[in-house]
Amino acid sequence: MSMGVIMLVHTALDRAAQMARHWARAGCPVVIHVDRRVPDAPYGAFRRALADLPDIAFSSRHRCEWGTWGLVAATLDASRVMLDRHDVRHVYLASGACLPLRPVADLQDYLADHPETDFIESAATADVPWTVGGLNHERFTLFFPVSWRRNKPLFDALVAGQRALGLRRRAPRGVVPHMGSQWWCLTSRTLRAILDSPDRRAHDAYFRRTWIPDESYFQSLARLYATEIEARSLTLSKFDFQGKPHIFYDDHLQLLRRSDCFVARKIWPRANRLYAAFLGEGLPPAIRQDPQPGKIDRVFAKAVERRLRGRPGLYMQSRFPRLGHENGVTAGRYAVFHGFEPLHDGFCAWLADATGARVHGRLFSPERAHFAEGEAVGPGALTDDAGLRDYNPKAFLTNLLWNSRGMQHCFLYGPDDTPEILWHIARDPNARISVVSGAWAVPLWRSDAPFDVVRARAAKLQRAEAAMIDALRAPDVKARVRIQTMAEYLEAPAETLKSIVAEIGWRDGADRSASPSTVELLGFGQFLQRLRNEGMDPYLAGDFPLLSSTPRQPEPRRYIAS
Amino acid sequence: MGLWDSYRMRLRRKRLRLRALRKRHELSPVTDRTAQIRPDHVLVFSTQRNEMARLPWFLKYYRGLGADHFLFVDNDSDDGSREYLSQQPDVSVWSTGASYRASRFGMDWMNALLRRHGHGHWTLTVDPDELLVYPFCDTRPLAGLTDWLDSCGIKAFPAMLLDMYPKGPIGEATYTPGQDPLEVLPWFDAGNYTISRNWGYNNLWIQGGPRARVFFRDQPGRAPALNKIPLVRWHRRYVYASSTHNLLPRGLNLVFDDMGGEKSSGVLLHTKFLPTFPAKADEELSRRQHYGDSREYIAYAAVLDGDADLWCRYSEKYINWRQLEILGLMSKGNWA
Repeated sequence: MSMGVIMLVHTALDRAAQMARHWARAGCPVVIHVDRRVPDAPYGAFRRALADLPDIAFSSRHRCEWGTWGLVAATLDASRVMLDRHDVRHVYLASGACLPLRPVADLQDYLADHPETDFIESAATADVPWTVGGLNHERFTLFFPVSWRRNKPLFDALVAGQRALGLRRRAPRGVVPHMGSQWWCLTSRTLRAILDSPDRRAHDAYFRRTWIPDESYFQSLARLYATEIEARSLTLSKFDFQGKPHIFYDDHLQLLRRSDCFVARKIWPRANRLYAAFLGEGLPPAIRQDPQPGKIDRVFAKAVERRLRGRPGLYMQSRFPRLGHENGVTAGRYAVFHGFEPLHDGFCAWLADATGARVHGRLFSPERAHFAEGEAVGPGALTDDAGLRDYNPKAFLTNLLWNSRGMQHCFLYGPDDTPEILWHIARDPNARISVVSGAWAVPLWRSDAPFDVVRARAAKLQRAEAAMIDALRAPDVKARVRIQTMAEYLEAPAETLKSIVAEIGWRDGADRSASPSTVELLGFGQFLQRLRNEGMDPYLAGDFPLLSSTPRQPEPRRYIAS
Repeated sequence: MGLWDSYRMRLRRKRLRLRALRKRHELSPVTDRTAQIRPDHVLVFSTQRNEMARLPWFLKYYRGLGADHFLFVDNDSDDGSREYLSQQPDVSVWSTGASYRASRFGMDWMNALLRRHGHGHWTLTVDPDELLVYPFCDTRPLAGLTDWLDSCGIKAFPAMLLDMYPKGPIGEATYTPGQDPLEVLPWFDAGNYTISRNWGYNNLWIQGGPRARVFFRDQPGRAPALNKIPLVRWHRRYVYASSTHNLLPRGLNLVFDDMGGEKSSGVLLHTKFLPTFPAKADEELSRRQHYGDSREYIAYAAVLDGDADLWCRYSEKYINWRQLEILGLMSKGNWA
């Protein structure tokens, strides 16, 4: 007999019985420990159900609460029964919710190939970040007399008290605390050495009051007695962020098949297809391959990632982050423009052609949301209705970006538009905001309205734009903001536009030399001067020359070689 | 949230419980098969009135998910649905002729039945036009979900309402009882939902979808709430406060993560807009038994006269739960 199995059982006794039978039929002696919390009636029925199998024994029962000594005590007793009764080379610690994924003979062969090897995950506590609940080395330096599950407040109070007292327990001589999966496969030589150790009393006394000793007792002591440790568990067992084992269901069948692992846990007791597939007669032929749990690792790692970090830019019924905890305020990058459109005819069309992005008009304009191509409904069935949009403008923006994630969005925004969205855009690192100030004067200049109306309107627009620029210069702004006066911008509009497009990304095959045509500004300088003369200084337009159609050109630079 | 507010919530919960206790006398048992209920059974609670068209599929659907027993309150049906339910082997029926509105739209009756029969069970409280979709529902029965929730110590599982609609005028399609309603109503709005946090009850308030888009354009604040918490490991202390939108004690409403992570959630596919809807809307308009003076039905009537089409270019066609997960309408959380 090469291998004996110790089974720790606490629920789903019918499945446990099925497993015990499976191990026994393959020629493995089995010692079963049933949690003391299981009532006598089902326990009795369980024993009777296995009475026909001579190689199954039951060890004395302990109360096995998560994270307590009972689990270790149960394992020690069961190990004693196993070693006293059977001459085995390896002892495999399994639970009632374990399921062999490969024929037991495979595992037996594998162990026969590694007769001296102890398979036990065991890592020095200083080097692993696994711990849940903030306790790492303190698991071993404080006393843990009460159960965390049953009495959390007292548990926490005891930890705090011991910290305050500066209590530090010392491990028994020679013992360096290690941790790892509870599920191991040890050689009977190592196991016997642990059981019969002259320091056993000291070991037990020490670990009895550590926290979660089932993950550290054998893991630490194996380091003392093993000749050859292979620091991994032969049982595939994944834990989530709360330290609870992930559960396998019927739909994991292919994933488990391909893992080539010997044993997996924890299996949902009602995963009938899994039990039928792996315990049935039609097991796939023996494959001499080492376990490959990588794929399963990724699936579960992704699940934990989703639970802890979520999908950036998503707001939904079970993910509604507080301000500042969004992990991405929006789902993707976008660009916001103000003051370009009055200066260039066909600005949006040009931008769309250059970048291939979705270029919307004024998404937040008071009359309606101007979606790209004038659509009345946008991605995700967002409507262009201003009332619905302004009912929750932030949701409108985050929805739009989430619904068409993977796509770049650009839109125009001005001081007249829904004001509260600006605060959110300014605090979104995904936003790139480009502003040309004072450009509102161009439509005014072209309008036929009487000058006193124009002057009043100009003053109002300038105040609004100044407020907007102030908001974009607030110290906590996270968006990338570029603000130029109209005069600055018009010195070299093509350069600015090219660097903007470069940030968004050129469309493949876009004509990089094309620029949108700039409107003719002959006489605009006089218009500004007239405003000035009327006592309304259009300072946001910048330093515009009086007569020429374009702003003053900088002096040509001279390069003198010296 | 101060002590005073906590105390007020506690009073409110006690009041709702007393109310449920009082309203229990309005229910008279028609068929009581509750003796069949075993401790690990998942129970479905529902109020219905003249839903004969929906019930065959409703029962089939939830039996398929592994629901063990159904507890119905029949509110004065006259279309044979009460008799139909009484004949089902896994259904218990109570009937009442009392006012739906006066029982807080059926919730007092539900609270009464939940308290009496739900204690210690996983309970699913849904209307006949709500079909629950949860992660892996095509491969794992309800018990798989509830076992997992138990292992995580989670007591309540959210599922927002997703209004399903046809392409073309609502009254035009045909539906035969027993047919999968999604064959008639395969479309939904994928991404126009707005959420705000209700700090009083700790729940999220979700609005949007086709009803906000078409019927409540001019008064978005009055668009119906879509957040629901239908699946709860019931305790006799609990009550549903307003429909299944929120519960007391309000800790149960924290079904969302507010630090950036995603908790697990499902979706209730809402088959309200079956072809029977225009007639039903007319009837409800005259009965005035619905929430907010049937404001919702007034809005429907105003639009439905013109044969409204809820479908639009960006409507999404339903495929399965994975699609809803990818769209971000529900989440697997850390269930894998």
